[in-house]
Amino acid sequence: MSIQQINPLVIFFASILTSNMILSNFLGMCSYLSVSSEFKTASGLGKAVTLVMVFTTAINYLVYRYVIEPLDLVYLQYIIFIMVIAALVQIIEMVMDRFLPDLHIKLGIFLPLITVNCAILGITLFMVIRQYTFVQSIFFGIGSGVGWWLAIIALAAIREKMAKTKLPRGLEGPGISFIITGIMALAFIGFSGIFTIS
Amino acid sequence: MAILTTILSVSAISGVLALVIILAEHFLNNYGECEININNGQKILKVEGGSTLLSSLAAQKIFIPSACGGKATCGLCKVIVKSGAGPLLPTEEPYLNAQQRQQGYRMACQVKVKGNLEIEVPDELFNIREFNTTIESITQWTHDIKGLRLKLPPGETITFKAGQYVNFYSKPYAKVKESVFRAYSISSAPSDNQAIELIIRQVPEGLCSTYVHTMLKEGDSVTISGPYGEFHLHGENRNLIMIAGGSGLAPIRSLVLDILEKELDLDMTFFFGAVTKRDLFNLDELNDLQARHPNFHFVPALSKPLPEDNWEGEVGLITDVVGRHIGSGENKEAYLCGSPGMINACIQVLTKNGVTEDRIYYDKFA
Repeated sequence: MSIQQINPLVIFFASILTSNMILSNFLGMCSYLSVSSEFKTASGLGKAVTLVMVFTTAINYLVYRYVIEPLDLVYLQYIIFIMVIAALVQIIEMVMDRFLPDLHIKLGIFLPLITVNCAILGITLFMVIRQYTFVQSIFFGIGSGVGWWLAIIALAAIREKMAKTKLPRGLEGPGISFIITGIMALAFIGFSGIFTIS
Repeated sequence: MAILTTILSVSAISGVLALVIILAEHFLNNYGECEININNGQKILKVEGGSTLLSSLAAQKIFIPSACGGKATCGLCKVIVKSGAGPLLPTEEPYLNAQQRQQGYRMACQVKVKGNLEIEVPDELFNIREFNTTIESITQWTHDIKGLRLKLPPGETITFKAGQYVNFYSKPYAKVKESVFRAYSISSAPSDNQAIELIIRQVPEGLCSTYVHTMLKEGDSVTISGPYGEFHLHGENRNLIMIAGGSGLAPIRSLVLDILEKELDLDMTFFFGAVTKRDLFNLDELNDLQARHPNFHFVPALSKPLPEDNWEGEVGLITDVVGRHIGSGENKEAYLCGSPGMINACIQVLTKNGVTEDRIYYDKFA
């Protein structure tokens, strides 16, 4: 069965469980580790990342189909994709500043940092490599975003619960976050084999 | 050829994206004209939305105090925002306690003007302005004290509470290369609002007072800003003890004139102290006020009167004179203006005679 025939809903669930951006592909780690100390902020960032992922996959798909391929600019695809992502994140920042000002201030510098979140470029490139159709790309974007959100709130919840426990000094902060993420990734391996999307 | 396509296509794509961002900013960040309603309609400002409340007000010449320039680190810019502000921002949280949040206080440097706002600002802040005055008259009260009457530009008025002060700016003169400012209390009544009077003593080697005493003549222009200060009546309706020495007369005279004009039912006793007769001044006006108003008592006192003074009034240190006349200090307020030494000594006498410390107000003009 060719890739284009895979049901978009399968792609959606697979990108949450078996192909999770963070837990299976280890993409998007920096903001994941830095913003996971408070649950509310982590959840806010996760939703922002999901939003960016959906729009970038959609627009990058169109840019790839109608600009890059016809004009034979495949060698420029990285640059063009990053420019589109940067512009989109700027616009989303402006929208947030207007309609959700307190979340905008809470996220602070991490909102523009979504631009360089490797998960965003990652799903665009996955979409290109796997040659998804437009609908598949959309579902892939939503699913990857939801998967990223799930991973970060799981880590935030665990860290909040662990906030009062005594840790070995060297492991506080990033150290214990890595260990927790590793254990979660191990658990998610249990889902592999349920869906195949590539 | 390929190079050309590359350059053109990358430029074209960046151009399109830049255009999209510009359009987005125009529609999203454009808040249009917003109305700021201050103190229930006392003043209504129309400003361009998009900047912080602090900068929008400053652009309209209303100066909210700020030490950090809008970085949310000093906490001085609190104002009450009754409506139009949006949710409390995390940057404001450390500076507003629960009671302040309930009263609607916000940090002006963090609240963005995105729509119409209703705010409340303390009248004092609201009234602080800069004035380019002209000297109407100069009176030589004593050998080292001058009185100035400064006229405001036509059409402008100053709103102040009796007892407040202004900042007086000197200009470079003689060997002094820069402009300095000093605080001088207003000695005229608030009702006289198109001019203010000041009483300025020549401080030895003083930068500003020397400027006043040697350089200024009638018709000169002087820049002042204000009014400032917490030295004013607090509405408690208690009988008053007022003590001043030398140029300290200024805020007391303003208070006395204001209270008599408003016919407040307060009993006032004013102790005006000096060393010898030549340091007392304005006695005619004060004696006249005493004669015409039964609730105003004037007690001038000299500590070391000279024989030629022919002094028949009170003799002794002002603290002793106060001690003799005060009777009971219960339920009275005291207003003091003079040198730090005089004020500290008087506070002791007052508290010893029953005036509680929280009812003693003073302006220590060093």
